[in-house]
Amino acid sequence: MNLDFSPEDQAFRAEIRAWMRDNVPLQEGPSIGIPSHRETQFAWERKLGAKGWLAYTWTKEYGGPGWTATQRYIFDTERALAGAPSSSPFGLSMLGPVLMHYGNEAQKRRYLPPIARGEEFWCQGYSEPAAGSDLAGLKTRATREADHYLVNGQKIWTTQAHWANFMFCLVRTNPDVPKQQGISFLLIDMSTPGIEIRPITTIDGHHHLNEVFLTNVRVPAENLVGEEGNGWTLAKYLLTHERTSIAGVADSYYQLGRLREAVDADPVLVRDPAVARRLAALEVDLIALEYTNLRTLDRVSKGQPPGSESSGLKIKGTELQQAISEAQMELGGLSALPWLSAGEDVDPAFAGATQRYNFLRASSIYGGTNEIQKNVLAKLLLQL
Amino acid sequence: MDFSYSQEQKMLRESATRFALKGYGFERYKTTLPLPGHCDPALWSQIAEFGWLGLPLPEDAGGLGGSALDISLICEALGGGMVLEPYVAGAVLPGRLLSFCGADAGRLAGLAEGKAQLAVAWAEPGSAEDPACCATRAQAEGDGYVLSGRKQCVLNAPNAATLIVSARTSGSDSEPGGISLFAVDAGSSGVELKPYPVMGGGYAADIRLDRVRLEATALIGAADAGFAPLEAALDHATVAACAQALGAMNALLERTGNYLKVRKQFGTPIGSFQALQHRLVEMFVEVEQSRSMVVMSSVRVESAEPAVRRRAVSAAKAYLGQSSKFVAQQAVQLHGGIGVTEELDVGHYFRQLSAFGTLYGSREYHLRRFAATPAP
Repeated sequence: MNLDFSPEDQAFRAEIRAWMRDNVPLQEGPSIGIPSHRETQFAWERKLGAKGWLAYTWTKEYGGPGWTATQRYIFDTERALAGAPSSSPFGLSMLGPVLMHYGNEAQKRRYLPPIARGEEFWCQGYSEPAAGSDLAGLKTRATREADHYLVNGQKIWTTQAHWANFMFCLVRTNPDVPKQQGISFLLIDMSTPGIEIRPITTIDGHHHLNEVFLTNVRVPAENLVGEEGNGWTLAKYLLTHERTSIAGVADSYYQLGRLREAVDADPVLVRDPAVARRLAALEVDLIALEYTNLRTLDRVSKGQPPGSESSGLKIKGTELQQAISEAQMELGGLSALPWLSAGEDVDPAFAGATQRYNFLRASSIYGGTNEIQKNVLAKLLLQL
Repeated sequence: MDFSYSQEQKMLRESATRFALKGYGFERYKTTLPLPGHCDPALWSQIAEFGWLGLPLPEDAGGLGGSALDISLICEALGGGMVLEPYVAGAVLPGRLLSFCGADAGRLAGLAEGKAQLAVAWAEPGSAEDPACCATRAQAEGDGYVLSGRKQCVLNAPNAATLIVSARTSGSDSEPGGISLFAVDAGSSGVELKPYPVMGGGYAADIRLDRVRLEATALIGAADAGFAPLEAALDHATVAACAQALGAMNALLERTGNYLKVRKQFGTPIGSFQALQHRLVEMFVEVEQSRSMVVMSSVRVESAEPAVRRRAVSAAKAYLGQSSKFVAQQAVQLHGGIGVTEELDVGHYFRQLSAFGTLYGSREYHLRRFAATPAP
């Protein structure tokens, strides 16, 4: 047992840290952890892409740096501690692994390199108005016609659809078989005629989410990934991939550090034992999460599947993100109330705390609600 | 970074688990409860034969020089098998304390063989769980000392021939400096023990020290320098207690999962109900988080940097202080009526975990200590 990173990994950490120090766009102010400005996000992702670090979980073959699981963890940690935004997961950690595993050569050559360079942006066409937690109940219909599919239906909660060049989309190709068996996985160019995007503004005041309406959208048959009717298998593969950063440990350390600095600078809060206790309790929870995460990383880096300990990472990780943002908002008091649109001149210590609190309510809902995570885990534990 | 256990550690865990689950368990627990001091002498010798009593002691004193992680593996197994014998209070805490004081082999003689039992008397009425708060005084008189003061809830004192007592040789009542450690014969004149069982098992005593005369050789280590080894030894004992609690939590998780599968109501196993499933999952997640804390603190407690050790141990105890209560409460709730009886082991684990929350520093104490210790 040895809980310290190797000298090689520590040297790697120093290299990443130095690069982040020189390259994180600090003129934007400290990260409040909400991706809200398209140009800021794109510029950052292209900068990483030019360095070869955007697709940091990928092998060299596909345009990634070919890092070990531990190096990937360290990179994501240093990225977060530098206050840099996390990259959009849709192309990098969702579609990418699916194409590498199930895509044909032409699809890999066409779609993977632009993702790794930050040149093409993806969104995820999964949820529908009547298919949320019960995702397999989706109704968007794709009918094969000669060399293309004709797609009709509606997607909802589609994050950054209005930024995206492409959408990977679950569609129903066969309504006459059990629901999981009639689903296929299509890649859709967002500039295709028949696609209409309507914004949904969330309670943080931003536009991240959309409804996407598809009316007689013609999708080339070559954009089918895997076999027709095999989409559910691909969807499940996508959801189980890359468990080692799902907990958001480093982002939570960064936000807790910001909160601690703000408290230290406040003459009243800094002397309040109840505040000190609250910060200590949050940090203790974070340490427990961090070491559970490291246990998973240890397994993954030895080529083993993540253990059962990893199942709680999303649940605990999102609960903790929410608890920290709640503390930021409450301890910020009136200083946290300004409702920022862009760049107002307010106390930076608690800037955006209220919006962040609102934004993070979604964290226990997206990617499978925490209640669904518990259902899945209960099935494993009880095997009834 | 590597979270795997060595071959020796795996064997240690295996033999401890075999002993605790097959050789001990609820039946043995019930036959031990009526024994004086909640300690079966035959079993204590058996634990000594396994070599576990020697683990906290250095090799040059006849011990095995075990790591905190080795001890945690044993304690987790003992906790799962609800072993009552006072391994943490009677072996880990005094063993580590004497080692850290650089005590000579003579002082340690017989400990590893289980011949002599020890107890460490540090907490006092009003000491607020802080080992630095020590109002017991040792006055130098002639070529010895005279000890006066009170100690509270000294675990294992009724079984111990010798007490290791913290007493102030200088300084004010709440400062770390000026504390010394003394070996006090439990039968000395002026030593008055009021023994009692504590919740969940184990015997303790409140102790009154009234002008107890000690020879100069009773001083362990250097005068005025007792706090550092005492604090470090308590940290080691705290980690061991956390590992023991983890074993009990895991046992409750297993029992509760099994009960949800076999208990039927409304014509179906109650584990088919989502409200109950989610509670079981929450128990599971807390057990895993707690396991991470036990592993982390078992390694970091050996750090040469005291701030690293303090933060790690206080984080672990603060976390398990809460998670152990959560798991125990859910286990009782999910067992329904049978969960609140003494007939089932669940209720006994519950009491042990309730006591664990208080022993070796409450969650509140350790959160305060954590907050007061900046990362180095």
